[in-house]
Amino acid sequence: MKRLLIYSIVLTLLLSLGITASCAEPIKIGLNLEMTGGTAAYGQMGYEGLQLIQELVKPEVLGRPVQFVLVDNKTDRVEAANATSRLIEKEHVVAIIGPMISGNMLAAGPIAEKYQIPIIGPSTTNPLTTQGKKFVFRACFIDPFQGTIAAKFAYETLRAKKAAILSDINQDYCVALGKFFKQEFERLGGKVVSETYLKTGDQDMTAQLTAIKRARPDVIYFPNYYTEIAIAARQARDLGLTQPILSGDGADAPELISIGGKAVEGLMHTAFWHEKTAVTEIGKKYLRAYKAKYGKAPNAFGALAADSYLILLDAIKRAGSTDPKKIRDAIESTKNLQVVTGPVTIKNGDAIKSIVLRRVKNGQFEFLTVVNP
Amino acid sequence: MDIQSFIQQLLNGISLGSLYALIAIGYTMVYGILRLINFAHGDVFMLGTYFAFYLVMIFMLPWWLSATLAIALSAIVGMLIDRVAYRPLRSAPRISALITAVGVSFFLENAGIVVLGARPKGFPRPEFMSHTYNLGGAYITGVSIWVPVISVILLLVLFYVIYRTKIGMAMRAVATDMETTRLMGVDLDRVISYTFAIGSALAAAGGIMWACKYPQINPLMGIFPGWKAFTAAVVGGIGNILGATIGGLVIGIIEIMIVAFFPALSGYKDAFVFVILIIFLLVKPTGILGETLKEKV
Repeated sequence: MKRLLIYSIVLTLLLSLGITASCAEPIKIGLNLEMTGGTAAYGQMGYEGLQLIQELVKPEVLGRPVQFVLVDNKTDRVEAANATSRLIEKEHVVAIIGPMISGNMLAAGPIAEKYQIPIIGPSTTNPLTTQGKKFVFRACFIDPFQGTIAAKFAYETLRAKKAAILSDINQDYCVALGKFFKQEFERLGGKVVSETYLKTGDQDMTAQLTAIKRARPDVIYFPNYYTEIAIAARQARDLGLTQPILSGDGADAPELISIGGKAVEGLMHTAFWHEKTAVTEIGKKYLRAYKAKYGKAPNAFGALAADSYLILLDAIKRAGSTDPKKIRDAIESTKNLQVVTGPVTIKNGDAIKSIVLRRVKNGQFEFLTVVNP
Repeated sequence: MDIQSFIQQLLNGISLGSLYALIAIGYTMVYGILRLINFAHGDVFMLGTYFAFYLVMIFMLPWWLSATLAIALSAIVGMLIDRVAYRPLRSAPRISALITAVGVSFFLENAGIVVLGARPKGFPRPEFMSHTYNLGGAYITGVSIWVPVISVILLLVLFYVIYRTKIGMAMRAVATDMETTRLMGVDLDRVISYTFAIGSALAAAGGIMWACKYPQINPLMGIFPGWKAFTAAVVGGIGNILGATIGGLVIGIIEIMIVAFFPALSGYKDAFVFVILIIFLLVKPTGILGETLKEKV
């Protein structure tokens, strides 16, 4: 009898230990980011933002700590898909943040969808990434909106009648954004006089730019990522092309200016965010903390990654559970949540957000205007 | 296409092609002597640009001095790669050395990502390289003039070394018959070491000029130029220095002209280059000059 008592006490102790252990067991969130490769700047800026927001907002939900598991997808579709499987199968994450670019999300999304694990792309603007998917989300606007605004800006504000487009054929984002720009520009009555392509990692674009020069456009649209934009801008100026250059959100990286130098001076682009548009409490706090920690101007990619994290944290809290399906439903019903880049509402997997127009001036991204959806 | 655009495109092609030529020579020299495709060559090209970048940015050295030092450092790296990775495998089957070469290449690329950082850096271009000249409507930057000029000077120095110096004679001898040369008492390892040094120095020179032309450097920047230069070496006749030069120019001009005449295909221009490689391997594996010259250095 006495022995039984001892056994039962030990058993209860063990059980309670087990329970406290499971209480303290961290909730794992997978990060599938472009830490290396062609768009390493986005992944690294995103990771900076995520580390910072964990310092600002206590990384804890439902009484359990939140832990990141980082996997580098090397800016590669296959690696992005593998990273997703690894995070889900081996690391048992409840949700994933990233990839940052659309092409990688088109590879990663279907896998998350299959396993029914929510995945949020901070800056994946291509409309196809969330189309027909229940578990794929984005924390940013979509390219048809961005392309339309850019075309309107070119036609109405810059008074351009002829445009040339040079886009990256390897990237779903770039090709699609170029198409959306063209559609709207021609609908407004303009004409796209030259459409040429490059490939991610290309260094020499002189041939395409010489063709553009012959077509004599009023404006040049580069819907690409920062490295390719910077190189193309330099070579365009070297070849004597003086037309204004327009770009999309891909231009937002310090590399644009460090590589592009004087050639990107005056370049205008549609962007997710500018520090001047920070309206929320957490946004202002983030700005101050970012400058203090990294000693440079904050960027949209870090802010959007932080947004994704806040959306996820809020969803887990409202779901009251770490069941991925319940988290998914909670993300979909996000309404007017105060995140870094402003209030956000999610509809059909897409975030409804405004667009900022910026211009490079004296090596800085200068705020031009903001357009609401 | 009007004549003005054509001249512009031709200039673009020659300036790209002469860079391929410089890198291709390194491939061809090592192949001529060791029958080894040194896949790490493109990564030595990358290291050369980083050496120059850090010498200019951190040590604030004048431009010509950092370029010279970077080339010297790359030559040492080339010799080191041979000493550590290839020399122990000298008597192993050729395929082992080939796989090792691929391994060295991956090692340099990934070590580069860890040590140098994955994000691209802007390369400081000296003023004389970035000045733009307007030749009757065709624009040409200083770098497009200097690249072919410097390439020709480097080639002349190379030919002098190979045909007028003792070490050059030894290289030619090793390329013709390695065993016999060894029996004659020539220090084989030393000759091979010098070959790697010269090849790597040319790769670094090419890399620095490449970075002046396309002022963006990253740890993976050597991969594509490396492949294209390899194609150039094969097209010209691998093992033949003059062939590599011609091959480089041919590949550079073809690459540019494909975009010039078929702008809609511009995203696939690399594919065309590699189609040319395949056609040459199928139809004329010895390349343009492969058979006419017997001597292979």
